[in-house]
Amino acid sequence: MSESSNLVALCDAADVEEDTPVQAMASGAVYAVFVKDGAYYVTQDLCTHGPGNLSEGFIEDNEVECPFHQGRFNFITGAPTAAPCTDALRIWTAHVVDGKVCIDPEESRT
Amino acid sequence: MIPDHVVVVGAGQAGGRAIEALRGQGFAGAITLVGAEKHLPYERPSLSKEMLLDLGQERIVWVRPAAWYDEHKVERRLGVAVTAIDRAARTVALADGSSLSYGALILATGTTPRQLPILHHSHPRVLTIRTIEDSQALRPCLVDGAHLVIIGAGFIGLEVAAAARAHGCAVTVLEAAPRAMARGVPERISELYAKLHRERGVDLRFHAGVIAIEGERPIVHLRSGERLQADAVVVGIGVIPNDELASAAGLAVDNGILVDAQGRSNDPAIYAAGDVAHHHNPLLGHSLRLESWQNAQNQAIAVAKTILGQDHVYAEVPWFWSDQYGINMQITGLTDPQATVVERGDLDGYAGVLFELVDGRVVCAVGLNAARDLRVAKQIIGTKLPVDSAALGNPAVKLTDIYKSLKSAS
Ligand SMILES: Cc1cc2nc3c(=O)[nH]c(=O)nc-3n(C[C@H](O)[C@H](O)[C@H](O)COP(=O)(O)OP(=O)(O)OC[C@H]3O[C@@H](n4cnc5c(N)ncnc54)[C@H](O)[C@@H]3O)c2cc1C
Ligand code: FES
Repeated sequence: MSESSNLVALCDAADVEEDTPVQAMASGAVYAVFVKDGAYYVTQDLCTHGPGNLSEGFIEDNEVECPFHQGRFNFITGAPTAAPCTDALRIWTAHVVDGKVCIDPEESRT
Repeated sequence: MIPDHVVVVGAGQAGGRAIEALRGQGFAGAITLVGAEKHLPYERPSLSKEMLLDLGQERIVWVRPAAWYDEHKVERRLGVAVTAIDRAARTVALADGSSLSYGALILATGTTPRQLPILHHSHPRVLTIRTIEDSQALRPCLVDGAHLVIIGAGFIGLEVAAAARAHGCAVTVLEAAPRAMARGVPERISELYAKLHRERGVDLRFHAGVIAIEGERPIVHLRSGERLQADAVVVGIGVIPNDELASAAGLAVDNGILVDAQGRSNDPAIYAAGDVAHHHNPLLGHSLRLESWQNAQNQAIAVAKTILGQDHVYAEVPWFWSDQYGINMQITGLTDPQATVVERGDLDGYAGVLFELVDGRVVCAVGLNAARDLRVAKQIIGTKLPVDSAALGNPAVKLTDIYKSLKSAS
């Protein structure tokens, strides 16, 4: 479990919609924030294949489709699910604190 | 029956993706990749974009790194073309005199740039852009003050024009048709892009006829009598499918190799994928040949799955993009000159979506810096259902909501 003191706020939870993820910046890094059935998920925003921003992506079930070449990832696990994507996304546990989606940037998850 | 040996002819994007999918789906038999180019499969879109914009580095987008082919036991025969197919013996002959036998053969031979009919010999400063070497040959010409004449205002010609302007070249674009990218986009988009290029300093001319090119430093002679002194000429007037191998072997060919929705030719052991495949698309209800990144990837994946007995139907709404002056254009569906047009957002500011409707159904959408909306537009086209055009044109109504209501109605 991360210490709450390590948490940084990314965005207002209320700003995230199922079909419109949110791009968030914190300490120089860029994240994509997703919500699905009331639970929040955070991944790196940059696609592992190229220049696409996943926060601009198209959502279908648990998957985000990259707007650049339409590769796909499961945003809950970070796993690539459609070509041309082959490398997983980094993901962080989302904590909702005072209506804000927060993460511990140092958290290591695979 | 699943073949023991798959031979792939053409080490381009489609060939590479077919192999990746074969291995990804667990195919354990032998795979041989034969390619006329000396390179492993790579993606071409950057050849007229990043490769020409960023002259400081050369970034090739490989389908897979070289080590992947070793790890996945893919035999490579690169720099050698297949010269004939013997369908009865199920063998292919290679230009080096060797031959290979196949259980299944994938023809992914792509296309070749159309040459200017008036140019009877190749000229070192008259270039087309299809390969890494083509792009490499153009890079040194992109210097401040050089004059580049581009023949053809299609996607590639205009991307080259945009890159050349970024380096300070004088650019003249000569197009025979009355508008830009005429085959691929609606008239309104052609007009917006003509305006964009002219604002950025391109001398863009329509109805232009080139009658001759001569001289070491090429002089382009126009039908009007005018002569243009160029430092280099880029010809981007379309491509021709590499289907001679197939037609010589008696396969059904008509502007590409004729295949069904699973990528099968009229020979059950031979498939075609990518730019060369004139394939049936059940979603669109007709056959077509596409020259696009998406098709090269996904139609090839469908072929791989079909070979493995999964009978995978390829039925996607076409999708294409082009990047010019930092503006990302995406096109989904097929443009139709008879269509009614609905606009959403600020197209004049190069931020919005243009929809084309036929019988109340969206058949094509073009997005300018509007990737997410365009993706939803692709879903809307896929439903083939009539939509409320007032809602489409109203940015206050979310496209995803329009799509959801269509989906729940179907
Ligand atoms: C400059 C450029 C920019 C592009 N930009 C975009 C874009 O922005 N968006 C988009 O959607 N699409 C774009 N495209 C189109 C896209 O790149 C093509 O649709 C795609 O490359 C087709 O893949 P393919 O594998 O079918 O053919 P190719 O990539 O052409 O590969 C075919 C290969 O087969 C080889 N071959 C041919 N005959 C033989 C033979 N007899 N034996 C052995 N090998 C053979 C060829 O040498 C070639 O290497 C662009 C294309 C170009 C050239
Ligand atoms: S950049 Fe995301 S799929 Fe290519």
